[in-house]
Amino acid sequence: MSSIEQMYQQVILDHAKTPHGRGLVEVTDGATSGQSHQVNPTCGDEVTLRVELAGDTIERVSWEGQGCSISQASLSVLTDLVTGRPATEAEHLGEAFRELMGSRGKGLDEATEDELGDATVFTGVSRYPARIKCALLGWAALRDSLVTSGALAAPQTAAAPDAAPAARATTEENR
Amino acid sequence: MTTTAHSARLTADELAAVRADFPLLERTVRGGRPLVYLDSAATSQKPQVVLDTEVDFYEERNAAVHRGAHQLAEEATEAFEDARADVAAFVGARPGEIVWTSGATAAINLVAYGISNATLGRGGEAARRFALAPGDEIVVTEAEHHANIVPWQELAARTGSVLRWFDVDDDGRVRVEDAASVITERTRVVAFTHVSNVTGAITPVEPVVARAREVGALTVLDACQSVPHLPVDLPALGVDFAAFSAHKMLGPTGVGALYGRRELLEALPPVTTGGSMIEVVTMTESTYMAPPQRFEAGTQPVAQVVGFGAAAKYLHELGMDAVAAHEHELAAELLRIGEIPGVRIIGPREPVDRLAVVSFVVDGVHAHDVGQVLDDAGIAVRVGHHCAQPLHRRFGIAATARASASVYTTREDVDAFREALAGVRAFFSVD
Repeated sequence: MSSIEQMYQQVILDHAKTPHGRGLVEVTDGATSGQSHQVNPTCGDEVTLRVELAGDTIERVSWEGQGCSISQASLSVLTDLVTGRPATEAEHLGEAFRELMGSRGKGLDEATEDELGDATVFTGVSRYPARIKCALLGWAALRDSLVTSGALAAPQTAAAPDAAPAARATTEENR
Repeated sequence: MTTTAHSARLTADELAAVRADFPLLERTVRGGRPLVYLDSAATSQKPQVVLDTEVDFYEERNAAVHRGAHQLAEEATEAFEDARADVAAFVGARPGEIVWTSGATAAINLVAYGISNATLGRGGEAARRFALAPGDEIVVTEAEHHANIVPWQELAARTGSVLRWFDVDDDGRVRVEDAASVITERTRVVAFTHVSNVTGAITPVEPVVARAREVGALTVLDACQSVPHLPVDLPALGVDFAAFSAHKMLGPTGVGALYGRRELLEALPPVTTGGSMIEVVTMTESTYMAPPQRFEAGTQPVAQVVGFGAAAKYLHELGMDAVAAHEHELAAELLRIGEIPGVRIIGPREPVDRLAVVSFVVDGVHAHDVGQVLDDAGIAVRVGHHCAQPLHRRFGIAATARASASVYTTREDVDAFREALAGVRAFFSVD
């Protein structure tokens, strides 16, 4: 498989074509929720992502955005991956995914890749420094929306790994 | 000015000789593919003579300019000022009308902050002509690069002025026919692009300048995309200020030029202050040198300036008529991508009054994905909003891909690009 075929795996193309979670869903009355709007200032891609929680558990992820196939597929995959999980677990997966994006195509250990499931198909993206931020856009929105919901403490460090200096998205609060 | 036909053009031998001057064009990318560089509107590649000139400066002449009485200082100063003369001549100006800046963005900001300082009363009586009052108007266009929008938004916010703009039509051309209504008696500054870095459309300068003069407004031309590709005579265009950068015209990064009519530069207060721009400094106040030095505080990028001069000379020796004729043919070839199913050009679709900068969208495929597939074939294009978000918004899109040519671009480059582009929708299974 060529590099570009490793990047655009069929799973990615399929998720990009029929993404899961697209279309913002109104929050149930009284439910805990958080929302984040993230933009990628270098390309203008953007997403608004909303989480609804029951206790610590993510009940629903929904989002509205526009961007390249990598960013859309990543949002779709993360929707499947974190729905029904505790916020801390979602954050743990986000950390693993950020680590994967810093792996320069090498991937992670088997146990971590098992945890990430379908999200490991983005390993090929990590060979392309300019595209890592596309894959991370949704994960940045997820983390930020969990923080705004109160389910997660504000992170001490910025979201992007060293390999992806470009994505510094804005949150709802500071726009 | 209508660019439809040119008498002079580069012969095949001349083009081959030009390409041989650019060492980077020899390299391969992405696993051994020949490089097809179609991103010259972002930054151009550099001919050997520009690289050699910079190296030669460091090896033979490096010294502080405009200070010191030793031989090296004399030679460095001479090289620095010779470059000013070469760049000035290249755009029809006098050396005293060219100010070195770090780039075109800095050049535009210099004008905006100079006006701002004049509004605060700096620069004395002579600078009052620049002062803005609340309710005055600054006019830009919807086609501008952010570098020719944001400094004026900020200036408007600082002075209580109102920002207005020319719309663009469906071809991406600035609607200069609206000049009489957009530029009013309250307009004090009109900042506009000579050639859009997205659509490639050439703005007719004359009607804008004529209307601006009628109401006594200053004109500021963003000439970044025109000076490298067309014969440009800034004084003949009649604009008051113009900005262009070296790195888009075969020169080094880190240096650009502000052109200003001498009379205006003499009246404009300084912006960046400090060493090398003063006459007398006491502990309470200072007096300033005449332009251009008044605007060149601190250590200048001397080697880059000298390289900038070499780039201007290189283009001059090729002949800008021949350069423009060559690129005109490439524009026509590039525009044939409009024949590919699903490809939509953002900008004029005919090679008339437009340059070889062609932005486009592919139905069903995001610009980043288009760029990635082209990159895999060794073809370098730009993707994104090209620092022109309002223009993209005007067309209801967030991003485009853009192919742009320079003097070293060949018809074969464009053929390879068209062929790869034709396969993009199949790659993503879009029909």
